[in-house]
Amino acid sequence: MTDSAQFALYSLLLPAGSFLLLAVVAPLRRSGRPAGFISIVFSAAALGWAVRAWLHSSREVFQPPLLWEWIPAEAGPLATVGVLADADSTIMLVLVALVSFLVQVYSLGYLAHEPAQGLGRYYAYQSLFAFSMMGLVLAPNFVQLFIFWELVGLCSYLLIGYWYGKPEAARAAVKAFWTTKAGDVGLLIGIVLLWQRTGTFDFLELLMQVDAGTLPLEGLGLVTFCIYLGAVGKSAQFPLHVWLPDAMEGPTPVSALIHAATMVTAGVYLLKRTDWLFALTPDVLALVGWVGAFTALLAATLACAQSDIKRVLAYSTVSQLGYMMAAIGAGFASAGFLHLLTNGLFKALLFLGAGAVIHAVGSNDIFQMGGLRRAMPQTTIVFLVGALSLAGIPLFGGFFSKDEVLGAVWAGGLTAPFVMLVVTAFLTAFYMFRVVFIAFFGEPASQGHGAHVGAGHSSAAHGGTHLQDPLPTMALPFWLLAIMSVGVGILFTVRHPEHEFAAPGWLTPLVVTVSVGGILLAWLTYHRRVVDAERLAAAFGLVREAALAKFWVDDVFEAMYRGALLAFSRAVGWMDRYLVDGIVNVLSAWTLVLGDRLRRMQSGQPQDYVYGVALGLLLLLVLIQWPR
Amino acid sequence: MNGLPLLSIITWAPFAGALLIMFTARHNPLRVRCIAAVSTGVSLILSLRVFWAYDREVAGFQFYEEWPLVPPLGITYQLGIDGMSLLLVLLTSLVIVAGVFASWTVKERSQEFYALLLVLVTGVYGVFVSLDLFVLFLFYEIAVLPMYLLIGIWGSSGEIRPQGIFGWAFRRTGVGTKEYAAMKLTLYLLFGSAFILVGILALYVAAGSTSFSFLELELTQFDPALQSWVFLTFYVGFGILAGIWPLHTWSPDGHASAPTAVSMLHAGVLMKLGAYGFVRLGLGLLPEGTHQWVWLVGTIACINIVYGALSAMAQTDLKYVIAYSSVSHMGVVMLGVATLTESGLNGAVFQMFAHGIMTGLFFALVGLVYEKAHSRAIFTMGGFGRMMPGIATAFTVGSLSSLGLPATAGFVAEFLTLLGAWQSRHPWWLFPGVLGAFLTSIYVLRVAKQIFWGPQATDPHFHDLPDAQGPEWAALVILVFVLVLFGVAPGIAIGPVDTATIPLLARLGVLP
Repeated sequence: MTDSAQFALYSLLLPAGSFLLLAVVAPLRRSGRPAGFISIVFSAAALGWAVRAWLHSSREVFQPPLLWEWIPAEAGPLATVGVLADADSTIMLVLVALVSFLVQVYSLGYLAHEPAQGLGRYYAYQSLFAFSMMGLVLAPNFVQLFIFWELVGLCSYLLIGYWYGKPEAARAAVKAFWTTKAGDVGLLIGIVLLWQRTGTFDFLELLMQVDAGTLPLEGLGLVTFCIYLGAVGKSAQFPLHVWLPDAMEGPTPVSALIHAATMVTAGVYLLKRTDWLFALTPDVLALVGWVGAFTALLAATLACAQSDIKRVLAYSTVSQLGYMMAAIGAGFASAGFLHLLTNGLFKALLFLGAGAVIHAVGSNDIFQMGGLRRAMPQTTIVFLVGALSLAGIPLFGGFFSKDEVLGAVWAGGLTAPFVMLVVTAFLTAFYMFRVVFIAFFGEPASQGHGAHVGAGHSSAAHGGTHLQDPLPTMALPFWLLAIMSVGVGILFTVRHPEHEFAAPGWLTPLVVTVSVGGILLAWLTYHRRVVDAERLAAAFGLVREAALAKFWVDDVFEAMYRGALLAFSRAVGWMDRYLVDGIVNVLSAWTLVLGDRLRRMQSGQPQDYVYGVALGLLLLLVLIQWPR
Repeated sequence: MNGLPLLSIITWAPFAGALLIMFTARHNPLRVRCIAAVSTGVSLILSLRVFWAYDREVAGFQFYEEWPLVPPLGITYQLGIDGMSLLLVLLTSLVIVAGVFASWTVKERSQEFYALLLVLVTGVYGVFVSLDLFVLFLFYEIAVLPMYLLIGIWGSSGEIRPQGIFGWAFRRTGVGTKEYAAMKLTLYLLFGSAFILVGILALYVAAGSTSFSFLELELTQFDPALQSWVFLTFYVGFGILAGIWPLHTWSPDGHASAPTAVSMLHAGVLMKLGAYGFVRLGLGLLPEGTHQWVWLVGTIACINIVYGALSAMAQTDLKYVIAYSSVSHMGVVMLGVATLTESGLNGAVFQMFAHGIMTGLFFALVGLVYEKAHSRAIFTMGGFGRMMPGIATAFTVGSLSSLGLPATAGFVAEFLTLLGAWQSRHPWWLFPGVLGAFLTSIYVLRVAKQIFWGPQATDPHFHDLPDAQGPEWAALVILVFVLVLFGVAPGIAIGPVDTATIPLLARLGVLP
């Protein structure tokens, strides 16, 4: 038993405690803000323990986990639950605890006008999420991982549907659940298959089998592919990425925490956790890389065509997840993991910044914003920090990790995915600064856009009175994230950690040039207006059409759901009622008909009965005499 | 053990309650309810006591009671409980207590209603604890017959339009009415019990006509040809009650027409009688028959899972959705049994428990929603979550368990069953199992979204509806708590169940 695991356990149990408290003690939950304070205090304590666990963690992977029996069986426990605290899991734990804490503080301001009952429910879900995500991170085996994997999915479902009265929110919630569940079907099958061939769910035992070379390799590709499917769903890889943009119907802090910084990275984390297993199946790994790069490019293209600030960020999350996956696919999981950590910081930052803007303006549409830098200087600065980090500019958070990812993909020999990712880097810088220049610079919306006179005026006039930087509860979290984002950026820019691979010298200049190029194009188009936005868009006619239609992926799923599944189920339902049950009723009806016929024989006429008796007697006599 | 015949008390306490209700509580609805609550409460408390006192180290049948009834024929009143029936007795107690609370508001002829309900429960307990097959069969009939009256008198009619090539037959049989449903259910189950009786008698005769005791028959090696056909009679007989395809069509009609408590008890517990009887008698007495036919059992179970889920998706009546989901989930039970593996069989028994609690919860909720909104048509309702948060939460928990979400009992059951399926001789059974769980997530969440979440229905009848009240809460809290408790700590149940399944598998020759 190590100190680290012990501390991680405390960190895990604290949010569980706060969830139970809020779930069971109804008056406390209904009180609203006090419920929030309790949840925040618990999550602050959890953060403290998480940091301690991280500081005490060792670099070694072989840490004996804390284990308890969960499902007993004749020959020792079939499944256990426990805490596996190593370098990866504890740093991830810190990220989860940190973002979760900051988001809970932020929500106090963001959701200040919610009814008390709803707010209590919100914080109960938040605590449940923190617990589930930590449980996932600390899982020592596949069973626990799957348990918490599903539970974070549940929290996502609950929080997307937090404003369940809105039809879009209710629909987005089930869409998210079903889409990720489709991937989880694969994950579950993969886990069962792996168990059958190795006899264990345990990461360490599996790792030992891999090291000892006793793990049967034949057919392992199917196993890793199935496990990867789970990651495709959760980490929004093509074609199961469709749920993430819709998930933006949830409150913005939720998007920051679950749909940007933590839960969606669970798939990446899973692959990082089991990279030694995937290393045995290079084909699947290459698939991971290709799909990752393709997802990154596709989502970046989609992000360029959005006017909803949260959707831009959502597609950017999908795109960055693609980056991480590409690095893992190239065989360098730690590069992907590093990008996961930095992305967690600056993507949460961007969402919290966007939340402040939405809170002030009262709309998600970037064309209804404009010129916000005067009214909201703090928000502008932090959002800019986030955007620069995302674009991968030196001294900012995402620079080094993006560099690392691209280097890994190049070193892994995935040339075409590398090209796609470089193009994505350009698009990333472009779409982020498109938002920055439209929303924060330029003129306020009402004056800048004649076309929006009616709606624009009223919203600007309405928004004008509120347009100001948010209160400290909201400002403090995003400032902290901004400082950390820059801190991490400077740290890595100044002191490069050692590469696992040989990155070519031209890589860093290329990436920086491409990113600056993207920013420049955005500046020319949306700030200086040297390049006409309409004509720029027209130049990409077909791509733009496709991007506006979300590449028809959503439509395909919709058609599969309505046209195939529901129609088929109706056919089965009809068949059950009118054919399968029909036969039963036919038998029953025949019995009734037969009974009816037989009843007619009972005519009630005495002479009929006399005939009957005579006939019977005759028969009897014949029968008796017959054998003689 | 302090010498009290605990199993007899558990079994007969509801019967005593029924007698008390009939003779002392005329025109006193409150007293009727109190007697029902107390008598089932006694059974619940004693079930819990038996559950804790059961010695897992010793395993086997414990709390043994014996009382010769007809010595010349070898009929004995012989009770005992092992790890498997232990869990199912607990399930019965939980569901009936919740059922009593959930139907607290039955207005019409509540005296007879509760009396019949309690008689029925006695039959259920009796089946689970009887070791004598003749007595078991008697209890089985006691459990089936009151159902006819309960549905026929207190049930509700739906509307089903005759269609298709067999439309004429539907017009003749009067499909959709409660009388139809009651008659269909009773005929079907009696048809099944005829098969069971034949099977039991065949075994009795083949073993030398000396004893109906399970413990003695267990020691007999039956002829393989006999095993083969008797296994099939048990499969059909008990299978009908467990809702096997294509003999399941009594269940949607029956469950949809039955009053709340009866649906709860029927889908929650009576369907388990079928599965239990099948495992106890089919697997327990006929090892060779089992090996011969298990492919059929598992394959039909797979059909059940997927077919039931798809049929549930097609329904527009809330109660039918839940009823078809039972068909699907009982498929998981039968699949787990058919795997003949430790995890599969444990999963099957655990699923009997999990599904019993879950579907009990669902039918209680449907009853409550119907009572408040007077509707079961899913697509006319909407936005109830705001008005009845308690019911909505409980429904969501039930849905999550139904689709096998971890931390609810449903997950453990499905997970174990799937592990077993892949270990069995027919690994492809895994895929329908997983597919069923996915389809379940679609139909239950769709229903939950339509009724409880999403925008409010336009119909003014659906505005200002109350949440659950008073004793109704007790039913919901008990069931939700158990569902989560057994999902978080499945060891509580699987520990004892394992002591029963291991010897069973050893006798089947699957385990050394």
